[in-house]
Amino acid sequence: MMGVQGEVAAGFEPVLAPLIIGLPLAGAVVLLIFGKRIGRLSGVLACGTIGLAAVAGLLNFIALLGAPEESRSTTQHLFDFISVGRFQTGVDLLLDPLSLVMVMVVTGVGTLIHVYSIGYMHGDPRYPRFFAYLNLFASFMLLLVLADNLLLLYVGWEGVGLCSYLLIGFWFDRPSAAAAAKKAFLVNRIGDFAFLIGMFVLFGAIGSLTIGQINEAAGALSAGVATTAALLLFAGATGKSAQIPLYVWLPDAMEGPTPVSALIHAATMVTAGVYMVARFSPVFEASGGTALTVVGVIGAATALWAALMACTEYDIKRVLAYSTISQLGYMFLALGVGAYSIAVFHLVTHAFFKGLLFLGAGAVMHALDGNTDMRHMGGLRRPMPIVGYTFMAGWLAITGVIPFAGFWSKDAILAAAWVEGNYVLWGVGVFTTLLTAFYMSRLYLRVFEGPLRTPEGTHAHDAPLTMAIALVPLGVLSVAGGVINLPGLLTLEHFLEPVVGESLAPEGALAFILSGIALVVAVAGIMLARSIYMASGAEARRARFVRPMAPLVNGARHKFYVDEIYGRLIVLPGKRFALFCADVLDRRGIDGIVNGTATLIGRTSQGLRHIQTGYVRNYAATFLLGVVAVFSFLILRVVAG
Amino acid sequence: MIALIIFGAVFVFALGCSIAMLFAKNAVHTALFLVGSQVALAVAFLLQGAHFVAAVQIIIYAGAIMVLFLFVVMLLGVDRSEVLVEPLPAQRQLALALGALLAAGITYIALTSVDLIGADRTQDLAAINRNPGNVLAVARTLFSRYLLGFEATSVLLVAAIVGVMVLARRVDSVTALGAEAPSSEEREVA
Amino acid sequence: MTEVAPGYYLALAGLMFSIGVIGALVRRNAIVIFMFIELMLNAVNLMFVTFSRIRGSVDGQILVFFVLVVAAAEAVVGLAIILVIVRRRSSANVDDVSLLRW
Repeated sequence: MMGVQGEVAAGFEPVLAPLIIGLPLAGAVVLLIFGKRIGRLSGVLACGTIGLAAVAGLLNFIALLGAPEESRSTTQHLFDFISVGRFQTGVDLLLDPLSLVMVMVVTGVGTLIHVYSIGYMHGDPRYPRFFAYLNLFASFMLLLVLADNLLLLYVGWEGVGLCSYLLIGFWFDRPSAAAAAKKAFLVNRIGDFAFLIGMFVLFGAIGSLTIGQINEAAGALSAGVATTAALLLFAGATGKSAQIPLYVWLPDAMEGPTPVSALIHAATMVTAGVYMVARFSPVFEASGGTALTVVGVIGAATALWAALMACTEYDIKRVLAYSTISQLGYMFLALGVGAYSIAVFHLVTHAFFKGLLFLGAGAVMHALDGNTDMRHMGGLRRPMPIVGYTFMAGWLAITGVIPFAGFWSKDAILAAAWVEGNYVLWGVGVFTTLLTAFYMSRLYLRVFEGPLRTPEGTHAHDAPLTMAIALVPLGVLSVAGGVINLPGLLTLEHFLEPVVGESLAPEGALAFILSGIALVVAVAGIMLARSIYMASGAEARRARFVRPMAPLVNGARHKFYVDEIYGRLIVLPGKRFALFCADVLDRRGIDGIVNGTATLIGRTSQGLRHIQTGYVRNYAATFLLGVVAVFSFLILRVVAG
Repeated sequence: MIALIIFGAVFVFALGCSIAMLFAKNAVHTALFLVGSQVALAVAFLLQGAHFVAAVQIIIYAGAIMVLFLFVVMLLGVDRSEVLVEPLPAQRQLALALGALLAAGITYIALTSVDLIGADRTQDLAAINRNPGNVLAVARTLFSRYLLGFEATSVLLVAAIVGVMVLARRVDSVTALGAEAPSSEEREVA
Repeated sequence: MTEVAPGYYLALAGLMFSIGVIGALVRRNAIVIFMFIELMLNAVNLMFVTFSRIRGSVDGQILVFFVLVVAAAEAVVGLAIILVIVRRRSSANVDDVSLLRW
């Protein structure tokens, strides 16, 4: 499974690779400085920079495809970053199949979402700033995926975290948005801290931060060191990719504008963890199974856990958020069974259909004055057909109906789990498929099917042009995105093989049986949702269906009290400790010492100044006192010998 | 023997005058007692073979400097005598105690540790006084080894003269010269 | 002629010096304080002369000469200062000049 990306001797010639990062960065800088003056054109400018970056990415992609298979990896040295003794870190770009797939996803989906934002953010007072942040995010994300060393990757990693914070809190005048931004930032920080430590461990053990050298040397690491490093890196991934136990920030992150949710919290940033694990797969392999088992179990558990909560949520964006967490869980499940290329495949299809679903939800909100409660909606497909049909494509893709994009990737994950012999993970995955189909159908059916219902005082209208421009291509990709990795052709997997190795796939009849099971389960989920939400007598059936599971439903509705438990176990002690530090240690302790010193000196001086009587004879007496003292000392010395 | 008698007389007279200075209320009396003690000291100088210094002591100290003192005392008002009440707490006691300590210390050193200074070469000075004579010896030393210091004293004296002239100048003479406008306080005094 | 031991002269000088110190501390008339300072200088002169005798050279007497010059300069300047103070405050009491205090 060892990657061969260390051999970069005969790479292909990169085409304007720095522009991929540089253009969005330049756009962000220009918009941050001159945004107010540019005004309405800032959206176009931002779309232009990311679009050109996409073109640059595509050129590199074509160059890479044109190169022979053994030379499809190259690094481009831009400039030295840190050069201290033996520690040399440059700003180097790594262009190989994995990074360029990520570049294509980020720039492609990113461009569509930028275009969509022109319509969605229309009329917002901080319109230019929004695009500045979006561009900044894109540049950091591209830096993350193109970085050739861990340090640079970490810069991108922190950068996207910062942009996520800025964009979740974009409407910072809403307290809930400000709180959500803070929560996202702090929870991410826990993971980032672990990631940083993991970086130290790797550097300590290997003495290099270059991805190629780390992966080359990973095989020689002892299992203990490799496990430690891998688990620390994975802890970083749980923060960034919203896995148990650090997933709690993602549902709250829906306070941000919907394009942000689509771009950052569905398509790109949250998949950074998946990318990172796939990138460092040799390190995870080197731990001898422990690390990968943890990754797989956490992934499966997150997939199930989030899907359960998604089933009872009424806020359409939050349903999608839980769904994102759940789908990311699938990806980690795939990573955990060693199917790295399939994880990346699911990452790509997920970017298509989840981006689409978020944008569709955004279009609905846009039409309904920001309303997100699905209980007040219904039958919206007729007044807004473009949104309705594209959303339907996304729905069918995520539920895993053949031949939509999600079917191929999800099926491949489950099959890989089965072949690897992880039947428990396979079972959890299949059950989650049922739940996924159920909650997504619930969402789709309640919002777009049935009699027309809109919240009071709103009038549904279809998406404006700029939003439609983004929806339609994503809809097409959701339908047909699976072709990039059709079974038998193995295009994407084969493409990624030099970087992450081969993924296991079932043979012959087993493949069809496994796919059949997944498909049947997905359809069953859809039918279940239809029967208790759409068909005649749905209300009664729903009540009968829910009653035996009342505690579970109730728990899911309260998000299983995880926020409360975290609040009680971590936040409250943390706050108390902070208060202790502030009140006792700082105010009384440190300030006390400082103020005490000042007071002591002040009081002493107050007392001592009375010595200054102004009477010259007093001074003379003091003078004499000193003279006699010194004189006595001298005499005593003489007398003493 | 005669020297001892003379020294006893000098001792008593000098100390007596000094102590009398402490108790004289009138500044003029104090000054006169000071002159007395200085004359006694001049005798002590003579006893120790310092002829030239003894003469200078009488002429410059007891003569010129004390006349200056008396002149200032007269200028500022003779009959103003001090109030006996001591305003500063414990000043007298402190001064007496410390003064006594100091005197005890110096006396102790003087009477016990003279040999620390080196061998007693009293006879050498007597020899110098015989040949080439005290004044000649002082002059030779002063104008050879101490020439630089001697010249420096001339600078010191010039500086003192200039300083005194600046200090003692009347304030209105400053305005007359137009050097600077007097401050309100100065004008008040003027 | 020089039979009395130098130690006694030094003792005399020490006693006079101490009296000068006490007087300078106790008296309040600035001019009188100056006189006590002169007394102290005289005592020191006696010491120099005595040392000169002990060492058998005239250097100590030269020092007396220097002390004398310094004393003259100091007396002149000091008296001028007193003159100015008295002109301003019409008092030679040093306790009256105690502005420089807390």
